[in-house]
Amino acid sequence: MTSPGLWVGLAGAGAVGAVARYVVDRAVSARASGDLPRGTLVINLSGSLVLGLITGAALYHAFPSTPRVIVGTGFCGAFTTFSTFTFETVRLLEEGEVGDAAVNLVVSVVGATLAAALGIALMALV
Amino acid sequence: MEPVVPIDPDAAAAGPAWSAVAAVALGGALGAPARYEVAKLVPTAVDAFPWATFWTNVGGAFALGLFLVVIIERFPPSRYLRPFVAVGFLGAFTTFSTFAVETDLLVKDGHAPIALAYVVASLVAGLGAATAGMTVGRLGRLGRRGEER
Repeated sequence: MTSPGLWVGLAGAGAVGAVARYVVDRAVSARASGDLPRGTLVINLSGSLVLGLITGAALYHAFPSTPRVIVGTGFCGAFTTFSTFTFETVRLLEEGEVGDAAVNLVVSVVGATLAAALGIALMALV
Repeated sequence: MEPVVPIDPDAAAAGPAWSAVAAVALGGALGAPARYEVAKLVPTAVDAFPWATFWTNVGGAFALGLFLVVIIERFPPSRYLRPFVAVGFLGAFTTFSTFAVETDLLVKDGHAPIALAYVVASLVAGLGAATAGMTVGRLGRLGRRGEER
């Protein structure tokens, strides 16, 4: 059973993460040109860096479980998104923007895994 | 002209800013604990294929494709439903950061083949699920249009 306190923490962090994604996506999209969904890219890369830092802190510095779940699963999980990423990629393909779709796919996956690895590595160093 | 879903589904979300933000927050408050519960139901060993995140992301991709096509192409305009379901709940339910970290940890612990399989399977199944959801969402519209002719 999940404790009520953890549920409240997850719900609060999820609300903050989702709103942060909404705000960042609109701010980036308003400044960006072209079809590449830069808002979601910025969100998924930066959120992966933060979750990498938290994961590294748990691995190398005994960062406690409850704040890790609330910030990592709650905030980072809600801030970053897989469903919007797949939807935007499929829409680019539907529009015939195969190049943008490929760039979006590669930059998202390579960028997010590298950003997370950077976060883990930084915590191993400090 | 039929309304067509935009590439960025969140860019043109309708509704006054603050009530849309409240709808996003409520969706996120439900989506994050929902994913946590799925992760507990589908326990994954640290050195194994991360099935919980895989199914969450693939299921969420299908649901988002279906929902957005139905809500935008068939029942415009929706003021709160889209921020609540698409941006809030499904956005928070699915995750890219956990996907990235799980991939890194598999590589770090010497399971690069599982990591590669996880990335390829997530992308293929995720894009396939989003396409399938959008296709299912458009089926009824085409059928209805056919009846009108």
